[in-house]
Amino acid sequence: MLHKVDARRLLCPLPVIRLQDKVNVIALGDQVEILCTDPGVKNDIPAWCKINGQRIDSMIEQANEIIITVSKLSDA
Amino acid sequence: MTRKAVALISGGLDSLLATKVIQQQGIHVEGINFFTGFCVEGHTHAIRKQEKPKRNNALWVAEQLGIKLHIIDIVDEYKNIVINPKHGYGANLNPCLDCKIFMVHKAKQWIQDHGFDFIITGEVSGQRPMSQRKKNLPMVADESGAEDLLLRPLCAKSLAPTKPEREGWVDRAQLYDFSGRSRKPQIALANELGIEDFAQPAGGCCFLTDASYSIKLRDLWDNRGDRHYELDDIMLLKVGRHIRPDPSFKLIIAREEGETQFLSGYKNQFQSIKTISHGGPISLIDGPQLDPQQIELACAITARFSKGRDAEQVELRYCRPNGECQSLHVKALSADDIPKQWTLV
Repeated sequence: MLHKVDARRLLCPLPVIRLQDKVNVIALGDQVEILCTDPGVKNDIPAWCKINGQRIDSMIEQANEIIITVSKLSDA
Repeated sequence: MTRKAVALISGGLDSLLATKVIQQQGIHVEGINFFTGFCVEGHTHAIRKQEKPKRNNALWVAEQLGIKLHIIDIVDEYKNIVINPKHGYGANLNPCLDCKIFMVHKAKQWIQDHGFDFIITGEVSGQRPMSQRKKNLPMVADESGAEDLLLRPLCAKSLAPTKPEREGWVDRAQLYDFSGRSRKPQIALANELGIEDFAQPAGGCCFLTDASYSIKLRDLWDNRGDRHYELDDIMLLKVGRHIRPDPSFKLIIAREEGETQFLSGYKNQFQSIKTISHGGPISLIDGPQLDPQQIELACAITARFSKGRDAEQVELRYCRPNGECQSLHVKALSADDIPKQWTLV
C-alpha cells in the first residue's frame, strides 16, 4: 500500500519527522511517498532511512519539488 | 541480558562520545533528538541559498555510531518552557535548565514506553553556566523524574553512582570525570576512540541563546501583548531584516534569493510587497491590514533594499493575503530616513 505525505514548505528536520511518524504507523512492506521542497531532504531522508533500516526506492526532482518513495522494511 | 539505553543526541561531540563510551560496554543504545523549532541547524541552512545543503548533525552522528535515531517534535509542549521557565532565562531568552529538565523528562517517558533501562547524556559538569553547573546536575535528575536512571558517562565519576553503575550494567571504572569549559579532554577522548570528524562547537545549537534572535522574539511578544507563538512565528524570526516602523506592524525583508523564495511561501498568510521596476527583495508585513499611508511607508522601506534605492521612483506591488494587489510608485527612503530603533537586530 502506498501512503502519501505532503511536506512541501517544511524545512528539515520536519520532513524527516513527518516521514518517521508515517512509517511508525504503517505495515511492513508498505511504501511512503513524501513530497518535499527543502533540498536538505536529499541528504537527511536517506540518512534517516539508513540508520533506521528503511529503503529508498526512488528520488525524483521536478521543478522545485523532490518526491521520495520509501519502503518500510523495519519496525522502529 | 543486553541492557538498553537511550541517548540524547544533539549532534555535537559530547553526546557522540557519551554514546560511544556506553556502546563499548555492550549496551544497546538508540538516540533521541528533540525538535523544538529553535534549532539553529537545519532551518537556517535550508533557507539561505547554498551550493550544498548542510548535513543534519544528529542524523550524521547516529549514522557514525550505527544507532537508530528517533526525532521527536516537541514544538507545542516546548512553548511552556520558553514562555514560563521555572528557573528563568540565561543571558538571552534561553531557558537552558528548564529545557534540559524537560528533555530528560521526555526521555524518561520514552524509556518507559519502549522498555529501555536508562538514559545517557553528554553533559559535562561545569561546562555550561546554567544546565551543566555542577550543583544543577542532581536537580536535572530529580526534577525530570529520571533520578538515578540518568547516567552522564563523561562526568559520572564526579557524581554519585547511578543505578546502571550500582547494578553493574556499566562499569563505572570505564567512565570519566570531565569538568569545566575546556574541550581538551573531549578532543583527547575523540582521538583515542578514532573519531576525527565531529560538529563544532557543542552547545551553539539553539537560537534562544542568540542575542539578536532574542531581541526579535521579545519584540514579537511586546507588540502582540502576550507571549503566545506559533511555529511560523519563530521560523520567521530566523529570516530576513526585521524593521518595525510602528508598534502595530513590522516588515520582514529578504536579504538574498533563498530568503526571497522562502518568504514567498507565506504570501497567502501575510500582506507582501515586491519591487517591480528594479531587482529587489520581497517583504512580508506582520500586522493587521495597513492603511494607505502605512502601505506607502512600507513600500518606501522595501525600495530602500532594492536596486532602485537611488532612483527617482520605484514601482512596487503590494498584495493582500487574498491575492488582491495594487501597484505603487514611491521614492526609496534613504538610510538616514530609517531610524535605528526601527531595525531589530
